[in-house]
Amino acid sequence: MKHIKTINGKTLNRDVKKAGCGECQTSCQSACKTSCTVANQKCEKK
Amino acid sequence: MIHAYRMHGTNLVLDVSSGAVHVFDDAAFRVLECFGQDGRLDEKKFSKLKEEMPEREIREALDEIRSLISEGLLFSEDPYEEFLPQWTRNTVVKALCLHIAHDCNLRCRYCFAGAGEYLGERSLMSLEVGKKAIDFLIENSGNRRNLEVDFFGGEPLMNFDVVKGIVGYARSREQDSGKRFRFTITTNILLLNKDKRDFINEHMDNVVLSIDGRREVNDAMRQRLDGTGCYDRILPLAKAMVEERGHQNYYVRGTFTRDNLDFGEDVLHLADLGFEQISVEPVVASAESGLDIREEDIPRACAEYERLAKIYAERRADGRWFNFFHFMLDLEGGPCIAKRLRGCGSGTEYLAVTPEGDLYPCHQFAGQPEFLLGSVFTGFSGNPVREEFYCSNVYEKPECRECWAKYYCSGGCAANAWKFNQDIKKTYRIGCELEKKRIECALWIKAQESR
Repeated sequence: MKHIKTINGKTLNRDVKKAGCGECQTSCQSACKTSCTVANQKCEKK
Repeated sequence: MIHAYRMHGTNLVLDVSSGAVHVFDDAAFRVLECFGQDGRLDEKKFSKLKEEMPEREIREALDEIRSLISEGLLFSEDPYEEFLPQWTRNTVVKALCLHIAHDCNLRCRYCFAGAGEYLGERSLMSLEVGKKAIDFLIENSGNRRNLEVDFFGGEPLMNFDVVKGIVGYARSREQDSGKRFRFTITTNILLLNKDKRDFINEHMDNVVLSIDGRREVNDAMRQRLDGTGCYDRILPLAKAMVEERGHQNYYVRGTFTRDNLDFGEDVLHLADLGFEQISVEPVVASAESGLDIREEDIPRACAEYERLAKIYAERRADGRWFNFFHFMLDLEGGPCIAKRLRGCGSGTEYLAVTPEGDLYPCHQFAGQPEFLLGSVFTGFSGNPVREEFYCSNVYEKPECRECWAKYYCSGGCAANAWKFNQDIKKTYRIGCELEKKRIECALWIKAQESR
């Protein structure tokens, strides 16, 4: 494309049916104990 | 829904439901501004634009936008709500925050835990309570294999023999229970001698070291009982800890208040000291403290995040790499959508345990009677408030439902919502505004790093 550069594709809605295994780390157990930051957590399956 | 914004000369567009992120040139950005959130072209705006821009440029940009729409990369629908019931079924406890000591050897001026006491007496967790907490976690974790235990306080190093005992007990139960424990500890560093560092390095998956940044900033807040600052004492200990861990799996973590809205300087100071994993968060404090971030502080704090993002990107590109926790965003391998909808799991997957063994939805609720959920000795008490935490997700909160950032902050912090609104389904507006700015910065950094 000439006018638009896509730097990330459809990443949220893939594997919807496999989502929610729950093995990932709890966000407040990492480096934030007062502000919720979830999107920087890792997926345990990846 | 989309979120389109301009930062440091870059036009960024987030397609909220798909997670797609695009960089638009100015022409395409102007054409996009003619679209409503429903993905339809506003003919009136479009006609006006045609008078201002060359037709060929408009046509090209429009074709590209329509191509993204047809591929589900722009104005995509939210398909997730129907899946919520399957993701909330079988929720089990997987993480405990153990309040090893309701006591502290610092008197940080912004402490939400009331100098370690929370709302109760000074007390230390016994090994008996700690073991019971481990048993409780195993018994309430269903088929979940990975379990987490954070040693928290007050100051956990004031009761470190119990920390060691709990780690030993949990490890001894891994085989028979089929679980794997991951330990973390959050410390103010004061008592972090070589023996403790060695134990932590051997057994803990992560260590969070509290230091606020510049000496004068740290020492204005993080003070001993006699009012003296702790910077000179803790800095060499923190450096030793990080060095001995091989610079892996740690965070230096600070808090900023309205007294240092130039907190970017504290982040950079920590980076200049050689720390590569840095987290500096806004304080959560009441207005009486005089330290709380207020409505009128939002523009300055947001501008500071933007300034920091620019320097951060420059440093990462020129060999002075460091990681700022609140700009971290793994667009490819981040958490699944189920986690993004439900957030931190407080009160359901994640609980705090007081020194007496009482259970609360998270460390910030500890000591508030209406949030007492039970005890590690007797299990859940049936307090109906727990149901509210089960039902907590971005669709249950009106402000979140309409917000572009909902899949990144996941509905925000329930404790903050309660503190400021007495309702966990409302949002803490100041926290939301700062979080949205951090996400904007994180996406901008991704755009710079993808060039």
